[in-house]
Amino acid sequence: MDFEKTDDRRMLADSLDRFLADTYPIEHRNRVAYAAPFHDPERWAELAELGILHALVPEERGGFGGAGFDVFTVFESLGRALCPEPVLPALLVLRALMATEADLEPILSGTRRYALAVGEPDAPYDLDAIETTAARSGAGWTLTGRKSVVYGAQTADAILVVARDGDALGLYEIEGDAAERIDYGLIDGGGASDLFLDATPADLVLADAEAAIREALDWGRLALCAEAVGAMDAARDMMLDYMRQRTQFGRPIGSFQALQHRAVEMVTEIEQARSLTILAAARMDDPDRARHVSMAKNLIGRTTQLVAEESVQMQGGIAMTWEYPASHYAKRLTMIDTQLGDADWHLEQVMAALQAA
Amino acid sequence: MDLSFSPEEEAFRAEVRQFLAEELPEDIARRNREGRELEKADMDRWHAILNARGWLAVTWPEEYGGTGWTPVQRHIFEEECARASAPRTLSFGLAMLGPVLIKFGTEAQKAELLPRILDGRDWWCQGYSEPGAGSDLAGLKTRAERDGDDYVINGQKTWTTLGQHANRIFCLVRTDPDAKKQAGISFVLADLDTPGIEMRPIRLIEGGHEVNEVFFTDARVPVANRVGEENQGWTIAKYLLTHERTNIAGVGFSIQAFENLCALSRKSRRNGRRMIDDPLFAARLARIEIDLEAMKITNLRMLSDATKNGQPGPESSMLKVKGTVIRQALNDLSRRALGPAAAPFPSEDLEGNAALVDPDQAANAARYFNNRKISIYGGSNEIQKNILAKTMLGL
Repeated sequence: MDFEKTDDRRMLADSLDRFLADTYPIEHRNRVAYAAPFHDPERWAELAELGILHALVPEERGGFGGAGFDVFTVFESLGRALCPEPVLPALLVLRALMATEADLEPILSGTRRYALAVGEPDAPYDLDAIETTAARSGAGWTLTGRKSVVYGAQTADAILVVARDGDALGLYEIEGDAAERIDYGLIDGGGASDLFLDATPADLVLADAEAAIREALDWGRLALCAEAVGAMDAARDMMLDYMRQRTQFGRPIGSFQALQHRAVEMVTEIEQARSLTILAAARMDDPDRARHVSMAKNLIGRTTQLVAEESVQMQGGIAMTWEYPASHYAKRLTMIDTQLGDADWHLEQVMAALQAA
Repeated sequence: MDLSFSPEEEAFRAEVRQFLAEELPEDIARRNREGRELEKADMDRWHAILNARGWLAVTWPEEYGGTGWTPVQRHIFEEECARASAPRTLSFGLAMLGPVLIKFGTEAQKAELLPRILDGRDWWCQGYSEPGAGSDLAGLKTRAERDGDDYVINGQKTWTTLGQHANRIFCLVRTDPDAKKQAGISFVLADLDTPGIEMRPIRLIEGGHEVNEVFFTDARVPVANRVGEENQGWTIAKYLLTHERTNIAGVGFSIQAFENLCALSRKSRRNGRRMIDDPLFAARLARIEIDLEAMKITNLRMLSDATKNGQPGPESSMLKVKGTVIRQALNDLSRRALGPAAAPFPSEDLEGNAALVDPDQAANAARYFNNRKISIYGGSNEIQKNILAKTMLGL
């Protein structure tokens, strides 16, 4: 039993943390995260050079990691720095394409960029409810339907779209500008798009792709949990510093019991959420991967909202300002819950497993 | 990162499991599983079995007859004991006084008293809390005045758990009434048959007799019965409390309770379906399952830290707080799951009467009410949060 990072992963975390501390201070982050293209293309290239995409994929597919704890390590650091670079879309696509023979190197090197389009306006999380359809057209396919809040789509060279061919879900590739697209920035930084597919020409990448898609989504969920853990650590440290320094009624506000107990409850829940993220990372190759991921994502969803709301409340008015970083952490932490299944959605998965047992 | 136990640890687990399968008396396991009070004779019997195997004093070094186990081994042992419905060993002699004597006692005290804890000749109870000193323990008023080679003790202790079975008591007493409150306290040992010591039962919320109050009226105790220096008792008191708090998360109990609850909710019916298929109930159950799974890993992480650092850090208080909240939530859910069948008042007539109630579920409401204590004793959860705010968060 050992809860320390291996030397390799510690080195990866150290170099990524250093890089982000040097090149991605919060002022820079806020500048790029809220203006098109909603990230920093130069930093993106440098991050790819650092090897963070290679860390997401195992050696036999050209990477140098690919285990749950590799993904944990990368996203924990990204979360701590509140980094808006579209690493999550890259992870989702890489893990989905691992079910195919595709050459992953162009993605790993950061030169060809993809997004994964799954959710729809009325079905943000459920694969069963996907209505986008695929139809044969000559030697190829066309896609028709609408995809909503596709992360990283606006800068993608190509988009992988999940669409229905009868009962089967398939994975289809379209060019990044092949469909009508509405691009927008997000409340918590970064960018996304809605896609309007209307007999849009597409190539079939993987038929009967449901299992591969589910697995890719679970990897994305693990990444979001780890990102949340990193962001919660940063938000907590900021809050505790403030509680030690901010004086009211002639004493630091951290000396007030009403706040102390809430701080302790928050820190306890962060540790609990970290524990389940660690457990999920350890179970990514197990048959009960999905249940462990859902347990983690549920607890993360409950905890991120607690941390976001409590840290703003306890720091008071300053945390309501754009200038103070806590406000941006609070937004990211709150919105992370609604990516790839919120706390209630994942609770239902855990309930279903209990009922089936 | 590696969440698995080593082959040596797995072998140890197998050894413990086999021992429990062979040696744990079925009647004791059943009583414990059914949440019934154990008789003194049952506890003595179970202690003797563990002692014969050398597995009674899990926190003591080997030279004093302890196991010398690592924190991970202790964890495995506790897990297996909970799984087999073995009763917890009595903490007063083994987990509290024993470590205090080993650290602060004289050679003579260790030589005389430690073997008597192991072989069951002494059943210790705890004289800490007073009617006016609960969370604010250092406010205790029981006086010990020096008179020749004796202390003359006057005052009252309370919440003395299982004192009715004990022959001896360890107490915090005030030896210097003029000193600052923590500075005038000493740690003394007394025989309960000393003239001037009287014990009276306190009946608890669910009707059981578990705790007592102890009155001291000019009770004479030899000065030689003091552990540590005079007026240095607070250091000992704090040391003892950190021992009391470890393993208080009760993860093993919660796992057991969760499994019972799952079984019950697959059998019991509500609104034309199994209770576990009721979304309101299932959501509650799943949320607790998630909290408990997280607690298991948090517990292991802290064990791993304790093994590296030689002792548990202040964050072990987190385990106490969260662990008790989870256990109480489970008690609450199983009481609800049982519905009106949780209501029968525990009595001799009910005991073992499987025709009337499911023996696994009897005394369910009683357990719920009794376990409201776990967030109060050993330093209430609010006191734990005060400690955590200071030591862990630096507030």
